[in-house]
Amino acid sequence: MADEKRELQKKEAQSSVETERTKSRRVYVPKVDIYEAKDAIVLVADMPGVDEKSVDITLDKNILTIAGTVEPEAYKDHSITYSEYDTGDYERAFTISDEVDRNKIEASVKQGVLRVTLPKVEPVKAKKIAIKTG
Amino acid sequence: MFGPGFWRVGRMMNQLSEVQNLQREMNRLFSGFTQPFSHEFPPINVWLSKDDAVVSAEVPGIDTGELDISVVADTITISGSRDKDELKEGESYHRQERSYGNFTRTLQVPFQVDAGRVEAKYDKGILRITLPRSEAAKPKKVTVRSE
Repeated sequence: MADEKRELQKKEAQSSVETERTKSRRVYVPKVDIYEAKDAIVLVADMPGVDEKSVDITLDKNILTIAGTVEPEAYKDHSITYSEYDTGDYERAFTISDEVDRNKIEASVKQGVLRVTLPKVEPVKAKKIAIKTG
Repeated sequence: MFGPGFWRVGRMMNQLSEVQNLQREMNRLFSGFTQPFSHEFPPINVWLSKDDAVVSAEVPGIDTGELDISVVADTITISGSRDKDELKEGESYHRQERSYGNFTRTLQVPFQVDAGRVEAKYDKGILRITLPRSEAAKPKKVTVRSE
């Protein structure tokens, strides 16, 4: 019974009818930290098995989607005898606010951790209107 | 620990009841913002062949210098730590779901390991350790003679 109480390390994504995938692979929701700094919002996601070539970040309207593909794990002449995790793709989407500068979003992947920096738009400077003497 | 029949536990993890999922979610919500690793971190898989065992573990974002692997006879211990991002003044978390802190996992394989030939690789956040069987622990073929 004790084993059933273990924390799930990976949470499987809820599949919705509208977006069924053509590949019958598991999809996981990566765990993320999101923090707000003075000039940017930073998103950090744990996506073990993903590198810079296998991760996709898309911004459509105000929805930021992060997706990563992971090759299934297999070793020649080996058979799996004990398993605590399963490999699959990752997918998660967030709505972002208008204060993010869409053209300056940066992302990097290091050791299976994705880091996306969403810089904030510079505040519009107050414009002084000169008054002409008539 | 690792023994016959035990692997099923790992396979059944995805079929946990809704009630348990809810309970876990509640625990997560009430545990505050920061959550240290549960004692089952990192999750591991074990692959066996007649020559060796491969232990793979999902440990994203770790400095290889922070990882410590030791092998004694048939037991392997993986330990390490992952630091929390230190926020500067004026920065605040919107969400904090990733875990941090120290972790240790000990695992027993069903043979004596040749400790001198153990290899470990860390790539894309996945640790892979190859544990070769010692000569004495390799399977022996027994021929049956007819009389």
